[in-house]
Amino acid sequence: MIQLKKRANPSVLMGYLAPVIALGMTLVAGFLLFAVLGVPIGEAFKAYFIEPVSDLYGLAELGVKAAPLIMIAAALSLGFRAGIWNIGAEGQLILGGICGGAVALAFYEVEAFYVLPLMCLAGIAGGMAWAAIPALLRTTVNANEILTSLMLTYVASLLLSFLVHGPLRDPDGFNFPESRLFHDAATLPLVLSGTRLHIGAPIAILVALLAWVLLSRTLLGFALRVNGDAPKAARHTGFGQGQLVWFSLLFTGAMAGLAGLFEVAGPIGQLNPVISPGYGFTAIIVAFLGRLHPVGVVFAGLVMALSYLGGENAQIALNMPLAVTGVFQGMLLFFLLAADVLIHYRIVFGQERRA
Amino acid sequence: MGQALAVLVSNNPYRAFALASQRTTPDSSHNAPTMGHRSDTTQNTAPLVSMQGITKAYPGVIANDSVNLELLPGEIHALLGENGAGKSTLVKILYGLLQPDAGQILWSGNQWDGSPIYLRNPADARSLGIAMVFQHFSLFESLTVVENIALGMAVPASDALRREIRDVSLRYGLPLEPDRDVYSLSVGARQRIEIVRCLLQNPKLLIMDEPTSVLTPQEVQELFVTLKRLAAEGVSILYISHKLDEIRQVCDRATILRGGKNVATAIPEQESARSLAALMMGENVSTTTRTERSETGQPRLALNKLNLPAKSRQAISLQQLNLTVHAGEVVGIAGVAGNGQDELISVLAGEVKASPNDMIWLKGEFVAQWSAAQRRRAGLCTVPEERLGHAAVPSMSLAENALLTGFHRQALRRAGIITKRRCRQAAKAIIDAFSVQCDGPRSAASSLSGGNLQKFVVGREILQAPDVLVISQPTWGVDAGAAADIRNAIQVLAAQGAAVLLISQDLDELMAITDRIGALCAGRLSEFYPTQSVDAQQVGLLMGGKTALEGVA
Repeated sequence: MIQLKKRANPSVLMGYLAPVIALGMTLVAGFLLFAVLGVPIGEAFKAYFIEPVSDLYGLAELGVKAAPLIMIAAALSLGFRAGIWNIGAEGQLILGGICGGAVALAFYEVEAFYVLPLMCLAGIAGGMAWAAIPALLRTTVNANEILTSLMLTYVASLLLSFLVHGPLRDPDGFNFPESRLFHDAATLPLVLSGTRLHIGAPIAILVALLAWVLLSRTLLGFALRVNGDAPKAARHTGFGQGQLVWFSLLFTGAMAGLAGLFEVAGPIGQLNPVISPGYGFTAIIVAFLGRLHPVGVVFAGLVMALSYLGGENAQIALNMPLAVTGVFQGMLLFFLLAADVLIHYRIVFGQERRA
Repeated sequence: MGQALAVLVSNNPYRAFALASQRTTPDSSHNAPTMGHRSDTTQNTAPLVSMQGITKAYPGVIANDSVNLELLPGEIHALLGENGAGKSTLVKILYGLLQPDAGQILWSGNQWDGSPIYLRNPADARSLGIAMVFQHFSLFESLTVVENIALGMAVPASDALRREIRDVSLRYGLPLEPDRDVYSLSVGARQRIEIVRCLLQNPKLLIMDEPTSVLTPQEVQELFVTLKRLAAEGVSILYISHKLDEIRQVCDRATILRGGKNVATAIPEQESARSLAALMMGENVSTTTRTERSETGQPRLALNKLNLPAKSRQAISLQQLNLTVHAGEVVGIAGVAGNGQDELISVLAGEVKASPNDMIWLKGEFVAQWSAAQRRRAGLCTVPEERLGHAAVPSMSLAENALLTGFHRQALRRAGIITKRRCRQAAKAIIDAFSVQCDGPRSAASSLSGGNLQKFVVGREILQAPDVLVISQPTWGVDAGAAADIRNAIQVLAAQGAAVLLISQDLDELMAITDRIGALCAGRLSEFYPTQSVDAQQVGLLMGGKTALEGVA
């Protein structure tokens, strides 16, 4: 019989190394997969990890993909530390895109400095409003936020689809389900000309730093950590559970909404039926890969961004199916969780014999 | 009596298996093979069970290190030791819940004469005739007594079983109504269910884990009568406790453990409580002495007809609590656990709120609607019973745990940013003032022993100089040295003028350091009396539900 026995002193070092080990295992397993599919390993490695970031444009693309992941995951890690599980960042991202995009379309052709900030505020408000629904349900009727936030993602996705097929559709767009292209005053400034790298990237780093300070140096962050580790202790000293639920969900909602707005006002430049390749979900993996630490999240975000780019490139260069991206992300999460289990438990084969 | 013996001193180790079906048939007595009388068992001095060289290690600690334990038939044998001495581990091995890393158990029940036995699980132990009454009961509150017992024995709740329960309970002085719902019963009655459930299985060996910790003094005496009668009929009883007076009163022999090792086997009657304590604790026996306090001052905390509805049908509701605690006094609330202590401290701390405004009064203000944070800022500090997870966060450092309740009343932040240096200083101050054994402010709360962590959480509140301190079970599961330190610290705080409310199950502790004492029973508070004008027996009556004593001022 195989048993898991709890270790007395889980290694702290291994805790930090786990993401690296998981990455290594993912690579090994990935190459085995490629080998089975008949793709030469060297070529696969090159296509997946080297080519996408071998030039400036590639590096900028890495930033474009990493920005929303980092922004959302940094916020998610605060809530996850508190044991508040917002799984619906994807839906909040979509609502942010819808609201911000709607502002852009309402001010179509208005060349004014205030259009973009207004769009950002609308995006944040949209994401927060969507996150407020699970927060309200959790604090009033104790409905599990995992379920409600996740289900609202699909509602958000259908809402976006309805809007771009109907009210927000480009009147001159030959009935294609997409909005007008945003005008200049409604698109994000670039930080690197000749690429698509927009100001969302530096803002994402700022958000991560802000989250770090909040988590480690403020009473609010302390309250979140106490609530996650010992909810009874949090109640005893007077940290209100309801307030922490509201904060976690609204903050994640705001950041996801802003990330959504950055997508539509940046790389996409319009509203269309799919504005995110699952950033809101991938950010959950990013948060755990980054050890629920805002700084770790920055590195984890870059790794996961590379998996998007590598997947796309492998598709083009090696005729691989697009699903390899999902497979890689899934394997990474699997190996990470497995590593975490082995840090806290050891495997015992058979019954431990008495002498 | 003869028939009782026949049933109890059964000769067949597998009888327990067959018992269920036999017991429900009217002619079951024919099936019971008979053998043995009291004289047989006492003359036969071969031990019933002999545990030899038992060793059991957990990661980081050796719980049992070559421990030996021998039980004679028909003796009440005490297993004595402080918390963490390895008593529970040894007993769990004997009951098949744990397997030893080394050592063997020899059993002399019948055909197993003196041969080693391997107990893979409690069912093995029960089949040999080993029964155990746990400290924490495993009863379904919504079922009746007979249904609970039937479930434990996997038989239907028949009239025959009811009769049997009545028989056993009458014979051993364990009054039980088979058809009462368990949730309506006192803790003492619930313990009687567990004992009766064991006795119905004809044990040769009955293990009792700290049986008196949940009983009033009167109930303790009743239990002792039962135990002595069982022993007289040849049942061996392994009695686990750290209460020396009880052991001297009821036990024939005692095996004393310290730090996972045998220290001595003693005859309690020939020892004094002090000499037993010395064996149990080694050198560091310390005692608590009452410190003289000047006259008590103004009222600081008062409850006026405080009600708190129960959260569920089985939970306790607080009813019409009246209480006043003055500056400079320690007021004690005695009572068996589960009579509303948890509810009382959570409503005082502000974790749950009582509805009307005028029920809780703190230094001139009605605070029933105040948050936990507001109450702490106003000078009401609380220490809940559960150290890990309630009073402290296990995974966090002591510095962070100092911040946990300290930020309300101490400057541990600057412009909203936590100053880690000040948190470490605050933790260091607690560690120094209360001699907490640890690796400094950075060590995790979970790395401390129970006693040291308790000193830390009590010290954390005391160093905040509260005007009112409410503290629940401060020495529960704490070694004697730390317990004495904590009791002294509580007295010093009162002497400095704080009002202290001490909620405790430990009657000795309450008698030793409180100025006034009352008891909580089933969510109701008794009258309060000057501690020096009452004795333990009288407080026992209050713990058992009397609300006032006659003839005491």
